[in-house]
Amino acid sequence: MARDRTEEISGARIVIQALKEHGVDTVFGYPGGAVLPIYDELFLDQGIKHILVRHEQAAAHAAEGYARSTGKPGVLLVTSGPGATNAVTGLTDALMDSIPIICLSGQVPTFMIGNDAFQEADTVGITRPCTKHNWLVKDTANLAEVIHQAFHVATNGRPGPVLVDIPKDVQFATAPYKTAAQAKTSHYNPRVKGDPDAIQTVVEMIEQAERPIFYSGGGVVNSGDAASQLLRDLVNGTGFPITSTLMGLGCYPASGKNWVGMLGMHGTYEANLAMHGCDLMICVGARFDDRITGRTDAFSPNSTKVHIDIDPSSINKNIHVDVPIIGDVGHVLEHMLKIWRSRGRKTRSAEVKEWWSQIEEWKAVDCLRYKPSTETIKPQYALQRLEELTKKHDRYICTEVGQHQMWAAQFLGFEEPKRWMTSGGLGTMGYGVPSSIGVQVANPRSLVINVAGEASFMMTMQEMSTAVQYNLPVKQFILNNERLGMVRQWQELLHGERYSSSYSEALPDFVKLAEAFGCKGIKCENPADLDDAIKEMLDYDGPVIFDCLVERHENCFPMIPSGKAHNEMLLGEASTQNTIDHTGAVLV
Amino acid sequence: MNALHLKKGSSQHSAYHLKPGYGDENERRVLAVIVDNEAGVLARVIGLFSGRGYNIESLTVAEVNHSRHYSRITIVTTGTPMVLEQIKSQLGRLVPVHDVHDLTTEGPHVERELALVKVVCSDDKRVEALRMCDVFRAKVVDTTLESFVFELTGAPEKIDAFVDLMKPLGLIDLARTGVAAISRGVDAPKE
Repeated sequence: MARDRTEEISGARIVIQALKEHGVDTVFGYPGGAVLPIYDELFLDQGIKHILVRHEQAAAHAAEGYARSTGKPGVLLVTSGPGATNAVTGLTDALMDSIPIICLSGQVPTFMIGNDAFQEADTVGITRPCTKHNWLVKDTANLAEVIHQAFHVATNGRPGPVLVDIPKDVQFATAPYKTAAQAKTSHYNPRVKGDPDAIQTVVEMIEQAERPIFYSGGGVVNSGDAASQLLRDLVNGTGFPITSTLMGLGCYPASGKNWVGMLGMHGTYEANLAMHGCDLMICVGARFDDRITGRTDAFSPNSTKVHIDIDPSSINKNIHVDVPIIGDVGHVLEHMLKIWRSRGRKTRSAEVKEWWSQIEEWKAVDCLRYKPSTETIKPQYALQRLEELTKKHDRYICTEVGQHQMWAAQFLGFEEPKRWMTSGGLGTMGYGVPSSIGVQVANPRSLVINVAGEASFMMTMQEMSTAVQYNLPVKQFILNNERLGMVRQWQELLHGERYSSSYSEALPDFVKLAEAFGCKGIKCENPADLDDAIKEMLDYDGPVIFDCLVERHENCFPMIPSGKAHNEMLLGEASTQNTIDHTGAVLV
Repeated sequence: MNALHLKKGSSQHSAYHLKPGYGDENERRVLAVIVDNEAGVLARVIGLFSGRGYNIESLTVAEVNHSRHYSRITIVTTGTPMVLEQIKSQLGRLVPVHDVHDLTTEGPHVERELALVKVVCSDDKRVEALRMCDVFRAKVVDTTLESFVFELTGAPEKIDAFVDLMKPLGLIDLARTGVAAISRGVDAPKE
């Protein structure tokens, strides 16, 4: 593309050129009046693949799925007004989970802004709290520079969503194109290297620790594949146990010998008790979220806490830490590993061995056990079979939000980062279907499965039409309990079994629904048929809706009820068999 | 069923732990925030405070470097030490924010506020108002036969004291700029 640099091109053309300069190959979007000039350029150029979603929320989640599975920023293109407001849920989701996505939105022409024009909304105002940063471009001459900045801000520091609002007249007007190198440099350059003194201190603590634990999170995934490798080297080198948040699954392999499982509200008994009882906690790219800490004043009372995070505002937000290290996980771990090795790779191995035997005792409790059944499919069993039959595949897993999500985290094993796409911070039901589409677009030859609940699935199931249109063979594995399972579980445990609006009445026939969309439907309700049905799903070259009818009243355990500490977790049905007390619950 | 033996009215029915984890005393801080003077920057700062439930006691803003379009926002806020640290780091991570200075903890600083005070009075009260004006080194910037507008500069407490004294003398309107603050000595924020 040998364009004269001084040649003036339209704003719409600038958008396409800037996207290409940043290596964007795919855009998820939905056209409308205020973005037609950009769609025209997409049509003329053909260099960028456009995936037409069926709702703008899905464009944002698909861009997230694309970003999470590739490590590259995802891009979505939506029109003004409803196009932008529909994208808000996806932007908020990306903000909470630190996912780099770039939303380009159309806007009414600059001279009509503020007039309540057709399809006008104050998009930068609405998205200000749900993006990392946003811009309204009022002059075509600034457009290229703003898009370059948008990519810079979305991908540097703690990643997150950004939005560029482009009025229609700015898309039509012309200006010379500025390359990223010509654009003025942004002052936004968060620190990536950690404080060497603090890192030295942590190495000394590692050498002295008797009951240490690594607690890793999504920051490790965001830092890049090298960070996961460094984490593995450090964990395997020291021999310390490691647990992870929901967002960080896969950074340390589930089959690794130091893995103690996920922690938190539905984490394993051994992980949570190890967090409670440790004397040294090294938090790597996680943020002491309330689903992790339980009651904060009883959280890991006797430990020295180290926190590595690129975002200074994550430090001391919920939990006071003793050694904060602000920096990129990859840089800090590399530095830490180097110092620890140069000092002779010391640990107090005898004490750590004793600590491990304590952890083994907790492991022996077998906290994920459930009562098997030959009549109904237990959701845990369905996931165990799915794991068994797919773990050798080049596999990506998405989920929706609820019980199935927690079971998937507990029963599926992740060996690599970027293989697990789930809505952690915002807990967005409806995330999984569009996310699986984004993942499949980015990884066309891989097996992409969305573990869903029937209620979550129905929130964005229109996207099956997108899957069919682009021939994306996503597998929707629905654990159908005909209930809003997690809501029902809370109502059973905490609200006197008053199941207020948690029953999915009038569900569609998912097999017929699949056929209506033009994909394959499979229904399974007998445990004996499950393996064959899963194999049938895997063998089918195209999108599948798998309706797995499971036990309706299964609860997800273990569980740390809110307001309880890690060592007060509920293990299974046995610990909940108590008298009914009809106290009215005020808050959920 | 209430498997967890929760007492009636207990907050533990909630999906969240409802007791705040900190009980420290509130402190007052004066923050100087250097930002790009671009559209929406003030909305970002204010939105941060309202969205996260922080207090703003006073806020002033004006462009201080016209060639580079930098504005200085002076914010007076209160909170526990943990919340104040959060405020500073949350401000620091806004993209248009260059620098956040906690003037209260970084060393001695000067705080000044300007007030315009309108007093309507006659006879003895008029004489008394003028005398007070003298004592506080305020200036008369507008007068009619029945009224004065005083201009007064000083620390917020001085202005409070002047306002209290003017109330019985016929104060009917008051405009205050909010606090502008700067550190004492030779140090200055880098730009």
